[in-house]
Amino acid sequence: MAQANSKQQSRGGIQLPPGLTDEDLLDLYGTMVLSRAIDERVWMLNRQGKAALVASAQGHEAAQLGTLWALRKHAPEFFCFAYYRDLALWVGQGLSARDVLLGYTAKEGEPISGARQFPMHGAAMRLKVMNLSNVVAAHVTHAVGWALASKLRNQVNVAACFFGDGAASQGEVHESMNFAAVQRLPVVFFVENNRYAISLPIRKQMAIERVAQRAQAYGMPGVTVDGTDVLAVYGAAAEAVQRAVKGGGPSLVEFDVERYLPHTSDDDDSRYRDRAEVEAGRLRDPLKRLQEWLSRSGVLTDEHDAALRRQAKREVDEATEYAEAAPYPDAGDLLEHVHAPR
Amino acid sequence: MPVITYREAVTQALTEALDSDERVFIMGEDVGGYGGSYAVTKGMLAKYGPKRIRETPIAESVFVGAGAGAAMAGLKPVVEIMTINFSILAMDQIVNHAAKVRYMSGGQLSSGVIMRTVTGGGAGLAATHSQSLEPWYAHVPGIWVVTPATPYDALGLLREAFTKDDPVLFSEHALIYRLRGEVPEEHYTVPFGQAAISRRGSDVTLVAYSRMVHVALDAAQMLANQGVEAEVIDLRTLRPLDMETVFQSVRKTNRVAVVEEAWRTGGFAAEIASQIQEACFDYLDGPVARIGGEDVPQPYAINLERATIPDAKKVVNELAKVIGLKVTA
Repeated sequence: MAQANSKQQSRGGIQLPPGLTDEDLLDLYGTMVLSRAIDERVWMLNRQGKAALVASAQGHEAAQLGTLWALRKHAPEFFCFAYYRDLALWVGQGLSARDVLLGYTAKEGEPISGARQFPMHGAAMRLKVMNLSNVVAAHVTHAVGWALASKLRNQVNVAACFFGDGAASQGEVHESMNFAAVQRLPVVFFVENNRYAISLPIRKQMAIERVAQRAQAYGMPGVTVDGTDVLAVYGAAAEAVQRAVKGGGPSLVEFDVERYLPHTSDDDDSRYRDRAEVEAGRLRDPLKRLQEWLSRSGVLTDEHDAALRRQAKREVDEATEYAEAAPYPDAGDLLEHVHAPR
Repeated sequence: MPVITYREAVTQALTEALDSDERVFIMGEDVGGYGGSYAVTKGMLAKYGPKRIRETPIAESVFVGAGAGAAMAGLKPVVEIMTINFSILAMDQIVNHAAKVRYMSGGQLSSGVIMRTVTGGGAGLAATHSQSLEPWYAHVPGIWVVTPATPYDALGLLREAFTKDDPVLFSEHALIYRLRGEVPEEHYTVPFGQAAISRRGSDVTLVAYSRMVHVALDAAQMLANQGVEAEVIDLRTLRPLDMETVFQSVRKTNRVAVVEEAWRTGGFAAEIASQIQEACFDYLDGPVARIGGEDVPQPYAINLERATIPDAKKVVNELAKVIGLKVTA
């Protein structure tokens, strides 16, 4: 990376990765602000009985967005295979607050599944994101298949596959990692490890310290980084993406993150999590961390920050109003899309 | 007309697809130099190379899921699941994903993976290698289930499978790979959802699919010797399902039995029988008979195994017992 040194900039005493600009950081920060605003709103709607089930991305945002920016900078083409906690990833790729709210309220015009699937489940081919199913870890095989197709076509289309520590116990993940490594496929496995599989703590999920330790056994590099530090995320993701692009095969990148909220809105985590632990986790807020650093570095002014937050709130308010007023899908279309036209 | 085996028919359809469509590739256990456990892909690795004939680890979930993923990316994968018994290891991918991708994406995505697999018992392979699980998959909206009984249909239906945008479970019966039959030299396909009348008759209708078509034809011969003319209908595909051909036959014969190798309880014959009574109640001179596999894990001992699978004698005996036909096996 020596050739890129001239482009590197220092912010608040921290060296920016090559190619990453102030505009990138502000863009990423604005996305995180919007994602958090949407996240808090849908949780509220759930408590009002207007959204059936919510799984929050709060605490995971830097892992998702740092990875996304690394993909944009380093992959000629990519596709994201998301899981249910990846709201920030979707928002980063352009899913609007209105689209998300239409999903949570299951209204006509919801663009990723036509209100057929859980909120935040479906596909947006235009945005290069899919999260079809909520069978934990099943999508990891699809990412591998996507990477295989890319290889067969002699294209460089990196499959970015996101899943949690809970999914890492599934057979499909083990099969997929082995398969991808044997065939040197351009896929990166991003593990958002918040140390809980619903209620099961990490020490009961695995007998090792880190999911990334498994990488070596499959024959691929594995690394664990602080998933609340967007630059650490970006750096680790960029390296793995570059490896996939160069034909070096898959990598495993594990992000150490916090789950602020219960597993979903249907869960009560006070039954299995100590409050002190949850509160301590909230001190590792990726949004606050980025905001403080950007302010300290002079990249983000208080006025700019306030404007971003106002803008996010306005978008979310409008989206909520629109979604609440929208009709449910036409029941006459119930059977559409079960089978292809041919 | 050329005469080829059922195995050669499958191989021919695959070869044609590999030759004509660069999106097609084959993936599965031992499909390479080994030539496939049932020798369907023999010689293909040498001809098409390792890029298109892909040998996988023993990992059904990932190679079926990756097939679905590659199909979503626009390729046309053919995955070989060594036997339908092992499809259970990939059932999440088949039932929860391949079949539902289109619906769950609001019509944005297709997962047109072709899943070839081998079904049926009778080879002394016991409980976990001898099942007929097609009815499970035919239960699921979003997937086509194809069950050819002849070389003609194996070739025509597999050609048709390559034209479909939805996933296809293509179920080949283990005991009929050496069955020979005529196929026209000119190109043809067999549309999905169109049953075949394998034998004409006016006294009783026998509905079957896969190898049980041949059992039904043997039974029809035994019946003919006793002056009873059976009409044999080969469903060819379980989903889509052509019931109209069945109804027309039943309205003519007024008696019907459904023959299948799958377990009788909750089997596909129950679905057929149910639809017949709904549509043809006034035409029936007796109950709709269901003749299926015994409700038992397939045993290894050959005499025991034979007792679990319907044969022509059992078909004739059941016709006498359930419908009251005056025939003996």
